[in-house]
Amino acid sequence: MSMTGTIIASPWGAVLAIAAMMLATFLCRIAGVVVMSRVRITPRIERGLRALPGSIILATILPVVLDNGWPAIMALTAAIVAMAATRIDIVGLAAGLGTLAVIRALG
Amino acid sequence: MSPALRPHFSTAGLRQGARAAFPAFPGFIMFALAFGTAASQKGLSLGETLGLSAFVYAGASQMVGLEIWQSAWTPSTILTIMTVTAVVNARMILLGATLQPWLKDEPLARTALNLFLITEAGWLVGTRYHSEGGRDVGVLLGCGLVLWVVWLVSTFTGFFAGALVPEPKRFGLDLVMPIFFGVMLVPLWKGAKPALPWLVAGLVSLVVHALVPGYVFIIAGALAGVIAGMLIE
Repeated sequence: MSMTGTIIASPWGAVLAIAAMMLATFLCRIAGVVVMSRVRITPRIERGLRALPGSIILATILPVVLDNGWPAIMALTAAIVAMAATRIDIVGLAAGLGTLAVIRALG
Repeated sequence: MSPALRPHFSTAGLRQGARAAFPAFPGFIMFALAFGTAASQKGLSLGETLGLSAFVYAGASQMVGLEIWQSAWTPSTILTIMTVTAVVNARMILLGATLQPWLKDEPLARTALNLFLITEAGWLVGTRYHSEGGRDVGVLLGCGLVLWVVWLVSTFTGFFAGALVPEPKRFGLDLVMPIFFGVMLVPLWKGAKPALPWLVAGLVSLVVHALVPGYVFIIAGALAGVIAGMLIE
């Protein structure tokens, strides 16, 4: 039997699987800091980094929201308007979730 | 630069971060409940389920991990789950990149803990605080610690009581994460021109999402935003 086909005795298989997932995730978590600490930050790189947080947010939510159609678009709009008006994050969140719940209850 | 604006660490910051984490609770609770429920339905033990939430602590990869979870492991299935986890979580590299200037003078062990606890929601809370001029690293850590505890408790609850949780869709809770993200975009707004790269990021992520399965669209869109930011003077 080849090495790769060897069954690891329980519970060590699950322990190893979790450890492997933890290691992979931790490497992803530290990689950005490690790489950036070795890069000389030029004005150009600084401009790129400044654009990153908003870019991550839009890249994450836009496809999800559009996939969920106009109720999700309305809810996101309500959340952003409420947040812009009050600057209180929990109010923005409540406005968004409330709008979505109302639209779905009526629809 | 005034001394107050230099990165520092305080226990008052820990408490402030713990409070600032509150708006991220609904998303965390819903996701971890769903994970705990799915894990128990899949037949994982309580120890395995809590182990995943405590040590991997990354929702999307935990869910994908359940899909390929084994009752008997071999070196090759462990390598597979490790690779899939790395692919799903590769977007976290970008979160760390934005935090580096804030964390660069911190002691190594505390940075390791802070980064172990990084999630998108905690990073968002920290990024908002940082963009408003705050530099206390304690805020990031306090937020991370509280969210980790919420994640564990909700995983535990979902494992035993998943069937009792009401239909999340009725209360709009399936979209709680994207709506929270949208809310946290508002304090980052510094005018239309600095937001142009965001538009590029959004458009690229839509195109990639339509063409490529999985979570690649997040990284592709975010990197497009960075490149746009570098090119726009």
